[in-house]
Amino acid sequence: MKTSFVAATVASVLAVGLAMPSFAETPPNMLVIANRIDDIKTFDPAESFEFAGADVSRNIYQKLVNFDPLDLDAGYQPQLAESWTISDDGLTITFTMAEGNVFASGNPVTAKDAEFSLRRAVLLNKTPSFILTQFGFTPENVEQTIVAPDDRTLVLTLDKPYALSFVLNCLTATIGGIVDMETAMANAVDGDMGNEWLRTNTAGSGPYKMVDWKPSESVLMDLNPNYGGEKPAMERVIVQHIQESATQRLQLERGDIDVARNLSPEDVAGLADVADVKVIDELRGRLMYFAANQKNEMLSDPKVIEALKLATDYEGMANSFLKGQYTVHQAFLPRTFLGALEETPFAYDMDAAKAALAASGHPDCGPIKISVRDAQERLDIAQSLQNTWGQLGCEVELIVGTGAQTLDRYRAREHDIYLGAWGPDYPDPNTNAGTFAFNPDNSDEAGATGLLAWRNAWGIPEMSEDTLAAVVENDVDTRRDMYLALQREHQQISPFGVMFQQIEQNGMRSNVENFVAGGATTAVSYWVITK
Amino acid sequence: MTDTTHGEGRHTPSFPPWLKTTLTTLATVAATILGLLFVTFMIGRVMPIDPVLAVIGERATQEQYDQTFRDLGLDQPLLVQFWIYVTDVLQGDFGKSIRTGQEVTTDIARVFPATLELATLGTLFGVVLGVPLGVIAAVRRGSWIDQLARFVGLIGYSMPIFWLGLVGLLVFYGILGWVAGPGRLGIFYQGIVEPITGMILVDSALRGEWAVFRNAFSHIILPASLLGYYSLAYISRMTRSFMLEQLGSEYVTTARVKGLSEWQVVWGHAFRNIRIQLVTVIALAYANLLEGSVLTEIIFAWPGLGQYITTSLLANDMNSVLGGTIVIGTIFVGINIFSDLLYRFFDPRAK
Amino acid sequence: MSTSQGLRAWLLSEEPTSRQQARYASWYKGWLTLRSNTLAMLGLFVLAFLILGAIFAPLLATHDPFAQDLGQRLLAPGENGHFFGTDSLGRDIYSRLLYGARISLYIVLLVVMVAPVVGLIVGTVSGYAGGWIDVLLMRITDIFLAFPRLILALAFVAALGAGIENAVLAISLTAWPPYARIARAETLTIRNSDYIHAIKLQGAGPFRIVTRHIWPLCISSLVIRVTLDMAGIILTAAGLGFLGLGAQPPSPEWGAMISEGRKYILDYWWVATIPGIAIFAISLAFNLIGDGLRDVLDPKEDNA
Repeated sequence: MKTSFVAATVASVLAVGLAMPSFAETPPNMLVIANRIDDIKTFDPAESFEFAGADVSRNIYQKLVNFDPLDLDAGYQPQLAESWTISDDGLTITFTMAEGNVFASGNPVTAKDAEFSLRRAVLLNKTPSFILTQFGFTPENVEQTIVAPDDRTLVLTLDKPYALSFVLNCLTATIGGIVDMETAMANAVDGDMGNEWLRTNTAGSGPYKMVDWKPSESVLMDLNPNYGGEKPAMERVIVQHIQESATQRLQLERGDIDVARNLSPEDVAGLADVADVKVIDELRGRLMYFAANQKNEMLSDPKVIEALKLATDYEGMANSFLKGQYTVHQAFLPRTFLGALEETPFAYDMDAAKAALAASGHPDCGPIKISVRDAQERLDIAQSLQNTWGQLGCEVELIVGTGAQTLDRYRAREHDIYLGAWGPDYPDPNTNAGTFAFNPDNSDEAGATGLLAWRNAWGIPEMSEDTLAAVVENDVDTRRDMYLALQREHQQISPFGVMFQQIEQNGMRSNVENFVAGGATTAVSYWVITK
Repeated sequence: MTDTTHGEGRHTPSFPPWLKTTLTTLATVAATILGLLFVTFMIGRVMPIDPVLAVIGERATQEQYDQTFRDLGLDQPLLVQFWIYVTDVLQGDFGKSIRTGQEVTTDIARVFPATLELATLGTLFGVVLGVPLGVIAAVRRGSWIDQLARFVGLIGYSMPIFWLGLVGLLVFYGILGWVAGPGRLGIFYQGIVEPITGMILVDSALRGEWAVFRNAFSHIILPASLLGYYSLAYISRMTRSFMLEQLGSEYVTTARVKGLSEWQVVWGHAFRNIRIQLVTVIALAYANLLEGSVLTEIIFAWPGLGQYITTSLLANDMNSVLGGTIVIGTIFVGINIFSDLLYRFFDPRAK
Repeated sequence: MSTSQGLRAWLLSEEPTSRQQARYASWYKGWLTLRSNTLAMLGLFVLAFLILGAIFAPLLATHDPFAQDLGQRLLAPGENGHFFGTDSLGRDIYSRLLYGARISLYIVLLVVMVAPVVGLIVGTVSGYAGGWIDVLLMRITDIFLAFPRLILALAFVAALGAGIENAVLAISLTAWPPYARIARAETLTIRNSDYIHAIKLQGAGPFRIVTRHIWPLCISSLVIRVTLDMAGIILTAAGLGFLGLGAQPPSPEWGAMISEGRKYILDYWWVATIPGIAIFAISLAFNLIGDGLRDVLDPKEDNA
């Protein structure tokens, strides 16, 4: 027994020698991606609301209208709907479905499927449902407001004459994904319209179908054999969950993976001299901001807020630990969005900050607690704020918690300063305007926990009116100007200190072409990638 | 050494002793596991984090919040919630994971073999190297090998495992490239082997997929050696002290006087006598690795139970935390009882 | 000279005249044995060095441990007057290390003040009272023993909120059961001694007996066990810090420093490596002392 043990050990030691990791290349028709995908909880388009989930969903479910990955600036384009018309009163949109689209199951895509999918999203009433219900759809009225009179026509009836671009932009979000009605209903239990089944299975008409998902480990996608469009070059896509940037970098250097999506600035710099590897920068929609609770007496003093905004080392952070991954941006609409304001009036200026504080009702500042979740990047920013605000004379304490803990305090309006990130939910300016600059009822009873302005107890009845006016403006130039004006005012008077916009730096093997992470508006598109 | 308890009830003549022992043991186990459940459950409920938010996320409306609140049964009194939970668990239903959206039992069935594989290989290393080292250290007391054993033990007890893991990865994977990086299996090798036991080494060997086996081995070798080192420190120290006790006893002197060879004295007599003690020590070392691999699993991105519980905890996914804790706690209690029984039945001194 | 000679003689006297003298004498003999153990002395030396470093941190530090300088980040050891280099926010690692020693020692001190005390109370009450109280308390102890310790600590910190004090509480909650076992075992042997019977006859109540007569006798065995556990406490605290659940930034806790430096390990190895060596040094020191103490107190395992 003993000797066989020893023999086994010797054998295994020898095996290690042989098991030296090979410096292989990935197969030419397979795309291997390292990414953090532990936020995926569900693949059901009516429910999915996470970044990694959107990356999968965009490649599996098609929408009525969608973005062309190779020309994101062009805005929404026809996809499952080939054309649409809007009634003169602006309340009715009629879509005509394109022909030749087929679900992975082999069923053709019809207007009935679109009707089912949109109704379903409203009826299930999951977290992202507000993207559709803001047009007046309710579980009670969907039978009248979302109707497919025949297989090629879908009619949506809105409660107000919203800007057409606003409605169509919302339909490009994950929740606008069109689901195979027959397959979903065949797997329905207890009237859930297939929700349970669609959490872990997919039924779309996009270029790929999901084959295997191990939570927090990997997602495997293969070609949808019935896909109506041009056959993609990548027949299989594997996304593996790799938490550490350093690991992603090593795997990329070794050719174990094609794309690394969470590289730190240091690792990006480390890849600069590596042959056969390139890094592509792409501006994303995520903003990093701090917000001051207006229930706090000191923080409701506009001069104090001004001092804090001036005592923030924007360039210092953007050029050191955020280098290459965040750019200084100070308005609530991310760049590339319609009407995004690119002016950055605040720069690190300790003298100006001290002067502003001296002019406030709190010249000696006081204790400030920054609520932040335990993610390294945010902790670094929080520590920098702690440092520079400390020089102003404020006693800054960091309250670090898990995502849920921090969010919980924020929603309960119990923070002083919240440091966090905000990503747009759909590619229309209202997605951010409607939360940063909208809070008609600031009372505790209103419980508008979804609104950032409410969470910071910032009551803005007038600005809310302006925000509402902008969503029903159908002239694009006027609409743009309305948002610019809104942001200029917001930038100066709001308790929000927007600091940075994210730049995603994706490292990839140099033979990978057409990798588009989705810009500020959408998610990744694997079907155009070649290598 | 063994932290098991013995029932302390008064003697009742109506039961045969073995039955009484079994019953007390069972009652102890049940009470312990129930207590374990209760403590974890309460921690989960008094947490200042809202489990509802973990489900619905940042953007949800109040109405959606209230709906989920009711769905999770949070409107019931605490004790009622606990009662519902316990009855569900007894039927094998651990509920659903918030984080992964799947049944906790499915999740655990997926992650547990990874931990088992790692801990088993680690213990194997610890036993294969630790037992001989301990025996030799005891026999050649004071020699360089004894000093070595002592040194190995001290280092093992003093090294922060997460740091050693990081440095190990940097050196052996990053710089030397001798072993594979974090994770259980290279990306290309995934999905090749149909799981039987869930332990990749075993499955690939059974299926004859030697390429997969080699790749899995190059992934597991580093974390397993690290864990093995910690077991080695513990096992060699205990072996040494057991052996010293035996070698100092009278019958060993008698055996020597009778002219038996040193080999026979050491392995034939002294070692034979410490077998039971050794088995319990190894069992405990094994249990310790099963629960102690949390940090190692995190460093090596090992998709095992420790990592599962920790990430669930940070996501406030209490069903998963409870499920995972019950599994580990039960194994712990089980191993303790096992070593206790071994003592009772085989060790003459314990009778 | 003569007084120290006299003290030595008094301590080494073959016939101690009081309990007190006997106790001091045995401590002194232990110390003599310990002193002959080179490794234990080495541990003591390292520990003394670290304690002094912690105490005199403000004098020894070359920089403010919290002062950031984003232009001086990730410098290599020795560069620009930074002994061990700088971290990702340009803070001096050497100075942070010194201040971090304070935190580690603070944690150890706090845990040592909480866990053994809880264990002592539970164990002595259980052992002295007997009956159902004993069964109940020991069952609770078993429950905590059966728990996966790190996970229990994690859960507690997650519930209470991250921070040093809560980490201490969590570690203490998982560390007390073995002390309770020891205290109970000691109590059981003392409970029926003639000595305790005599005190009972004098009319002392149970509270007085437990606190005045049983506790003092349990303490020495607990002290030994605590010394042996100290390295474990430090490693657990560092592990919690590493997971972001211990001391909070910008605190220079060593585990948290490793966690921060882990991102940079490929290009800037020292940021994570140096605090790791510090943790290793302090736990090794405690282990060496503990090992030496065991040799003194447990002849079965003695050192050759």
